[in-house]
Amino acid sequence: MTIAEKILARHCGEKSVAPGTFIEAKVDIALGNDVTAPLAIEEFKKAGGSKVFDPDRVVLVPDHFTPNKDIKSAEQCQILRNFAREQGLRHYYEVGKAGIEHALLPEEGVVVPGDLVVGADSHTCTYGALGAFACGVGSTDLAFAMLTGKCWFRVPETVKFVYKGKLNKWVSGKDLILYTIGDIGVDGALYKVMEFTGPVIGRLSMADRLTMCNMAVEAGAKSGIIEPDNETIEYIEARAERPYEIIRPEKGTRYAKVIEYDCSKIEPQVAFPPLPSNTRPISGVGEIYIDQAVIGSCTNGRIEDLRISAQVLKERKVHSRVRLIIIPATQKVYREALREGLLETFIDAGGVVSAPTCGPCLGAHMGVLAEGEKAIATTNRNFTGRMGHPKAEIYLSNPAIAAASAIAGKITSPESL
Amino acid sequence: MEIKAKAYKFGDNINTDDIIPARYLNTYDPKELARHCMEGVDEEFVRKLGRPSVTGHCIVAGKNFGCGSSREQAPLAIKAAGISCVIAESFARIFYRNAINIGLPILESKRASERIDSGDEILIDLSKGRITNLSQNENYKVQAFPEFIQEIIRAGGLMNYAKEKLKK
Repeated sequence: MTIAEKILARHCGEKSVAPGTFIEAKVDIALGNDVTAPLAIEEFKKAGGSKVFDPDRVVLVPDHFTPNKDIKSAEQCQILRNFAREQGLRHYYEVGKAGIEHALLPEEGVVVPGDLVVGADSHTCTYGALGAFACGVGSTDLAFAMLTGKCWFRVPETVKFVYKGKLNKWVSGKDLILYTIGDIGVDGALYKVMEFTGPVIGRLSMADRLTMCNMAVEAGAKSGIIEPDNETIEYIEARAERPYEIIRPEKGTRYAKVIEYDCSKIEPQVAFPPLPSNTRPISGVGEIYIDQAVIGSCTNGRIEDLRISAQVLKERKVHSRVRLIIIPATQKVYREALREGLLETFIDAGGVVSAPTCGPCLGAHMGVLAEGEKAIATTNRNFTGRMGHPKAEIYLSNPAIAAASAIAGKITSPESL
Repeated sequence: MEIKAKAYKFGDNINTDDIIPARYLNTYDPKELARHCMEGVDEEFVRKLGRPSVTGHCIVAGKNFGCGSSREQAPLAIKAAGISCVIAESFARIFYRNAINIGLPILESKRASERIDSGDEILIDLSKGRITNLSQNENYKVQAFPEFIQEIIRAGGLMNYAKEKLKK
């Protein structure tokens, strides 16, 4: 069995499970946010729910429209807050403690290796980087999980991606996943698990691994997953709030497909609108002038992302036609960036630093685009209208490219500055 | 159960930002969501539907319908706008779950997705799994739902299914 199959089997009390089978499995964590949880809470109550299955395992993070952007979103957050208090939820994160959910939960050790996690947010697949099986579901699924502690699954097939060779300069986990999505398409892994492996993955930081698994959903996947190694154990030992279990694939496991990449041929990638699969190497981008650069999100808002951005921005100025918005993903990332002097670098360069929020990634607030504007962003989706006006354009990249582009006023590599 | 509907055709990879842009997600009131249904891809869509007519409406799309976010507001907006069914070559997996869970009929059929044109009159027999194109006089086969999913549909959505199970 693959890692995903083993985790699913353990959580439904079977010795083994095969792809295609429908199972009802116990979940370790059920997650919701200010967009998806209000509906789940209503469904929970309508179904006669009085107590959640376990107040330690239902996690609510108001992060999309927070700090509350208007009255309606304030009311949505209020629903979460009241429910969290009434249910005595251990993991409710108020503004001031909160951050973007998929950066926050690994950082706080809420998700651990071997877990089965469902989250009413499509980027829940991020936690696969810890060796957990995690997938996005909807609000009704979340209501069902809060009530019963379970969720239904169709056991997915697993596709194995092997990354070999040496990483080129400025190439990160973001570029590997963009390149992969560019290769297989936005439905290239529909209903499947993407298992990332190979020598290059072994050398990646946890931040880069989280970025890769985060965007598995952009290829239609149910989850991304990476076999835990020493890097994972070191990361998790420092924060796990529960005992964990390292699950490895069985020897001789059969995969639906195995795809290999030679990373020495991969340049920094830019995904052109309107799909994350619309990728080009940085050398083939041409002249794309930008109005805004966004560095942040559940994909690239971790301290490592801010460090590389600061490295590029240090002693340079943001182009006069560009607005640079930097969003540390969590309060801890914010504090660490402050301690390391990164925030000073950003402000000196002419960037603005926001409180942790999903904000502009989904065109909610904190950097919405006007008609005809172009933005480069370290976020995960460049769909039409995603960051504001339907006639605005979004280009996806890694943080170094976004920072360099903010300086140059057009999409460019730090090498060309 | 039979559904008679007029088809509205869309392409591949219609994402949840097309179906209901995120700026409207500060509410989950179906009536308000319905006003912006498909606005990201066709601003005139809701106006085109007009008042729900006797024939009803259905969306016909290509591959990977509903890709992107997990927002259940997407199938809710479609359902509340008076769309009685979505036919596509394939669905993104969270949208697929959400539609089943809230009781919005969805059907997978490559041929129907290719052949049906905007404006065609469609007759859908959900129990037999058959789509008839009355305008073109053709029938299309539909991928049958797995038994487990049929149980959820029979119960009238996931929460009703949960209630039934809790009673047992």
